[in-house]
Amino acid sequence: MYTVADLKKGLKITLDGDPYLVIAFDFAKPGKGQALYRTKMRNMITGSILDRTYRSGETFEPASLEDRKMQFLYREDTHFVFMDNQNYEQYRMGEEAVGDAKNYLIDNLPVDLLLFSDKAIAVDVPNFVNLRVVQTDPWVKGDTSGSDSKPATVETGYVLRVPPFIEEGELIVIDTRTGEYSTRVKG
Amino acid sequence: MNWKLARKAPRLAARAQIIQKIREFFSNRGYLEVDTPVLIPAPAPESHINAVEAGKLYLQTSPELCMKRLLAADYPKVFQICHCWRRGERGSRHLPEFTMLEWYRSNSDYTDLMTETSELLRYIAASLSTNGMVSYKGLKVDLSGKPETLSVRDAFAKYTGTTMEKALEDDEFDLLMTDLIEPRLGNEGPTIIFDYPAEKAALARLKADDSSLAERFELYLAGMEIANAFSELTDPDTQRERFLQEIAYRKKIGAGIYPMPEPFLDELVEMPPAAGIALGVDRLVMFFTNSETID
Repeated sequence: MYTVADLKKGLKITLDGDPYLVIAFDFAKPGKGQALYRTKMRNMITGSILDRTYRSGETFEPASLEDRKMQFLYREDTHFVFMDNQNYEQYRMGEEAVGDAKNYLIDNLPVDLLLFSDKAIAVDVPNFVNLRVVQTDPWVKGDTSGSDSKPATVETGYVLRVPPFIEEGELIVIDTRTGEYSTRVKG
Repeated sequence: MNWKLARKAPRLAARAQIIQKIREFFSNRGYLEVDTPVLIPAPAPESHINAVEAGKLYLQTSPELCMKRLLAADYPKVFQICHCWRRGERGSRHLPEFTMLEWYRSNSDYTDLMTETSELLRYIAASLSTNGMVSYKGLKVDLSGKPETLSVRDAFAKYTGTTMEKALEDDEFDLLMTDLIEPRLGNEGPTIIFDYPAEKAALARLKADDSSLAERFELYLAGMEIANAFSELTDPDTQRERFLQEIAYRKKIGAGIYPMPEPFLDELVEMPPAAGIALGVDRLVMFFTNSETID
């Protein structure tokens, strides 16, 4: 149990059954009045922002969140299925909750899954993943058009800009924090 | 070199200039600068103000009681710039140790202080700004004119979906004040809100024609509370009664209980009708130096 004295940026609490992250916090006190604690919180499932002001004496339930090492198994229509490496339990997540991570999810990819009351609410992929290029136009030697990149589609269906010398079938490294091409895997 | 401190040089220079202007303003007007003890046996019992304990004594939460004893001893106009301590207050506009300017004048009421406070702001602005315009966090606040005045009751009617009376009944007065009213005050020029509910002013005189209201006002600049003033209560029996109510409330919420300030109550009978005001110097400096936080 937290009290208003525990409120600070980064605190995770449960509110109306959802986990919230405190993203801004300030102390306020209207002239000679009671102490008030203004918070801005983000719903960790829907991403919506909530402004709430609390008074002394109010209490909060901590959000029971857990990070677990898992691997991506397969996609089933709009759902993604992951497996806990320790106990082989499986977790399903909707496309919306997976977010941009879906661009990088290939079979057996190791990921961190964030669980809230045993429900997967966020997936964290490695900073760099290797993905195979399945479609891109060939490089025309002697092309002097000056274009320094071209579109390429990788095995997850994600489309990004790559240098002109990348060919179909090649493995490339993508920085998942920016979604951009990083380098090619030699050999 | 401590760069965090070194970087504050321009703001500290502005602060020194503001304090110098304050001193000039009051000495020009015949006020006596005083320096009352900061270590005191009994701070005023107020519902939501907590004192820092120092051995068997307390650090002052405000010099109010000491300064009123000076009024009672026939000092008609006194001012003081001093440090005050309030336990547990920390935020972007709160420090547990802060600098307060307080001034008191005999045979005056809160309307006289409304005028005098605006004049003080204009006096400081004249030396620190061009044409009395101050930019603060994207706002342009004009200190050259008269402040906007609004009763607390009208402020509730104007900015909240409820009335002052209903907010008090629902214990939402402070919440609505912070969330809906304060951010709207003082954004173009200074705003004064006046006539607070009697229960929100333990040391103020009630209005002669409406005993549910106290002669108290607050001045706001850019959504920030800068000063709080009253026509002072001078009746010792009523004052004792109010303190007992505040103590009872503090007991109820489990806050610390301070001894009754007996010397103050004894001498209050000799205090002439007077008005007094407390102004947060750090916040005033924040405003004039366009600073995001009080640090």
